[in-house]
Amino acid sequence: MEFDVVIVGGGPAGLSAAIRLRQLAIQHGEELTVCVLEKGSEVGAHIMSGAVIEPRALNELIPDWQAKGAPLNTPAGEDRFLFLTETRAYKLPTPPQMHNHGNYIVSLGNVCRWLAEQAAELEVDIYPGFAAAEVLYHEDGSVKGVATGDMGRTHDGEEGPNFAPGMELHARQTLFGEGCRGSLTKTLFQRFNLRDGVDPQVFGIGIKELWEIQPSLHRRGSITHTTGWPMDMKTYGGSWTYHLEDNLVSIGFVVGLDYQNPYLSPFEEMQRFKSHPEIRKQFEGARRLSYGARAISAGGFQSIPKLTFPGGLLMGDCAGFLNVPKIKGTHTAMKSGMTAAEAVFDALKGGQPHGQEVKSYAERLSKTWMWDELHRVRNIKPSFHWGLPAAMAYSAIDTYLFRGKAPWTLRHRPDHLQLKPAAECQPINYPKPDGVLTFDRLSSVFLSNTNHEEDQPCHLTLRDANVPVAVNLARYAGPEQRYCPAGVYEFVQEGSESRLQINAQNCVHCKTCDIKDPSQNINWVTPEGGGGPNYPNM
Amino acid sequence: MKILVAVKRAIDYNVKARPKSDGSAVDLANVKMSMNPFDEIAVEEAIRIQEAGGATETIAVSVGPKQCQETLRTAMAMGVDRGILVETDVETQPLAVAKLLAAVIKQEQPGLVILGKQAIDDDSNQTGQMLAALLGWPQGTFAAKVTIDGERLKVAREIDGGIQTVDLRMPAVVTADLRLNEPRYVKLPNIMKAKKKPLDTLTPEGLGIDITPRLTVVKVAEPPARKGGVKVPDVEALIDKLRNEAKVI
Ligand SMILES: Cc1cc2nc3c(=O)[nH]c(=O)nc-3n(C[C@H](O)[C@H](O)[C@H](O)COP(=O)(O)OP(=O)(O)OC[C@H]3O[C@@H](n4cnc5c(N)ncnc54)[C@H](O)[C@@H]3O)c2cc1C
Ligand code: SF4
Repeated sequence: MEFDVVIVGGGPAGLSAAIRLRQLAIQHGEELTVCVLEKGSEVGAHIMSGAVIEPRALNELIPDWQAKGAPLNTPAGEDRFLFLTETRAYKLPTPPQMHNHGNYIVSLGNVCRWLAEQAAELEVDIYPGFAAAEVLYHEDGSVKGVATGDMGRTHDGEEGPNFAPGMELHARQTLFGEGCRGSLTKTLFQRFNLRDGVDPQVFGIGIKELWEIQPSLHRRGSITHTTGWPMDMKTYGGSWTYHLEDNLVSIGFVVGLDYQNPYLSPFEEMQRFKSHPEIRKQFEGARRLSYGARAISAGGFQSIPKLTFPGGLLMGDCAGFLNVPKIKGTHTAMKSGMTAAEAVFDALKGGQPHGQEVKSYAERLSKTWMWDELHRVRNIKPSFHWGLPAAMAYSAIDTYLFRGKAPWTLRHRPDHLQLKPAAECQPINYPKPDGVLTFDRLSSVFLSNTNHEEDQPCHLTLRDANVPVAVNLARYAGPEQRYCPAGVYEFVQEGSESRLQINAQNCVHCKTCDIKDPSQNINWVTPEGGGGPNYPNM
Repeated sequence: MKILVAVKRAIDYNVKARPKSDGSAVDLANVKMSMNPFDEIAVEEAIRIQEAGGATETIAVSVGPKQCQETLRTAMAMGVDRGILVETDVETQPLAVAKLLAAVIKQEQPGLVILGKQAIDDDSNQTGQMLAALLGWPQGTFAAKVTIDGERLKVAREIDGGIQTVDLRMPAVVTADLRLNEPRYVKLPNIMKAKKKPLDTLTPEGLGIDITPRLTVVKVAEPPARKGGVKVPDVEALIDKLRNEAKVI
């Protein structure tokens, strides 16, 4: 099938690009067909975010969003920043990046559902349930489009009775908005050497739960961030608690994936964090509604790759446009999508051919507020290599004294190289879940509504099938059992042998294994379209 | 011969249904909705019959809010020729739906009507049977296999302990069970084509049917949580527990 523009991923970046492209086309009376592919069963099904969002980009994209019923219903209110010890909470001054006046607490999934409706009204063709599985190239090496994955292959790769082959979608420009650690983006990095000369991307994993709490304990609009316990001083991590509408509370914990102790389990850190006296008191008589996890890019400015290549470009979190100290990437994802759309529209106007490299995208981006914003905060995250107290001191100096304009840039190291051998580390004794406030993995994954057709090739591919036991288990005590928030990886003992069992149906597409596997042996590829979580209100 | 299929927009089978906190209904806010899986099987069967030359036209009908258009588009992307939406925001109960379908059927005059045996949201398992009664047509429910033979229809039905085959005169009503077929994957180009297929909208008022709900939902609650198991020391203790506590032997 032929389109003018194919967009991979129906997140804030992809949808904003689609909307902007069609707005411009209508405004200029140009014919321009735009198609969005989304691997989730519907737009929003795979979106998992905090989220307090800045409406700046949305104001620019759809100025009358309020009249059009955008689900931004809860203005940010009271803002707290706490330092936790095991039993106490100390109020810290809220760093300026964390001030949220004028922002909104939202379900980003619902915002994306709404954006998709706006896009559909502008005649964007949106295809949820179809994963872009492969990038297609012209003979001259430029990107030709993407192919969707086959449907109905059996686990050994044979064509099953309902087999439906993937489709090729060709476009003059292909825009990638796959979000953090995009599976096709990864192949583009290699093919076009897009990461040459920039810092490695570094990541965190965010684990989130949605709760409905007692009305008497609910303070709509309240925002709390914490740092400190249960992380040790060397590990980057912290929490959010946002009170939305309808007595809902979004609570989550982010752990930097540069953690060193292979015994660490982000999932269990999240569970244990909830049991802190300051946190648990909100959850008297509450019920948990949903659960999810997603990796987040934390490299910031110095990790931004080259953004364009012949025939396509990167936008949103797959390019790492995230303001790390703010933990906000929605407004930047949207702004990058809009800027990409403007550059692409100008480049394609009047029937220009395929295969161009739209270099003006990067130039335009560097002139936006977003670029300036990312540049200012570039030194905060890497300073956490020095441990929490030093990092907080540094962040304060960087922020207050230099206002982000310090004449140096701190560098990143790749996450998968950070693990220490298990023998050098202390096992961590996590408390047992109580089934009321704290839970185990399986009952949690259940609430993500994730599912994959069982009889299909495993989408968690191993480059070398021996590495899990020979390296990961032997040297690192099998860290994938702990960092995977969905219990996908299990080492099972058979006689004297161990074997890695991969429960791929449980995967929630967070991409952590693809990032943290110490020898980069795990390669996450798209499963059959429509598979994965079905997050409601996340 | 025309075939008419009824399709319901229901909570997606992957989603864990959850009562609202006031127990008034299942919480459907921003929850993924899809075509009821048994209706998908009904659609597949209709298309297969048409592909095998047994039908001239296939029509999908849905009753419910505007969003049911998506459900109809899915049916059309699978291969159904056109769609009819009976649009209403009133809660739809089996008898009302059966009456609406009967009214549409009087207009369309199909030779065969296929429905899912039940919808996975309320599990009523009534609409097909009520429809057959309202029309005075023969019915083959829980179909595992459907064979058309001239004016007659053989339906192999899933019943306790086996298969019962009934021989019906058409026009007839069939409800689809799980093993009737495995629905196809929808293909991208067919989704595009489905956007251009005709979709008519009717209303209960236009069809002259009163759909005021007759059933009242008293309460929607989660099933009681399962109690944790216990380890028994020996066979005697097990038998004692089965006999005196569980009272199952
Ligand atoms: C735990 C956590 C908390 C956060 N909190 C906040 C916050 O409070 N405020 C804020 O502003 N930001 C927050 N963010 C960041 C924000 O969510 C992201 O920056 C933003 O979602 C990025 O948008 P995107 O469109 O680039 O990618 P995504 O939102 O990740 O969307 C990508 C979409 O593409 C789809 N996709 C991916 N690959 C393919 C493929 N091959 N084929 C088809 N479809 C594909 C995915 O399913 C997904 O729907 C948070 C992120 C996390 C993880
Ligand atoms: S298998 Fe990988 S991508 Fe899937 S949930 Fe586990 S860590 Fe995340």
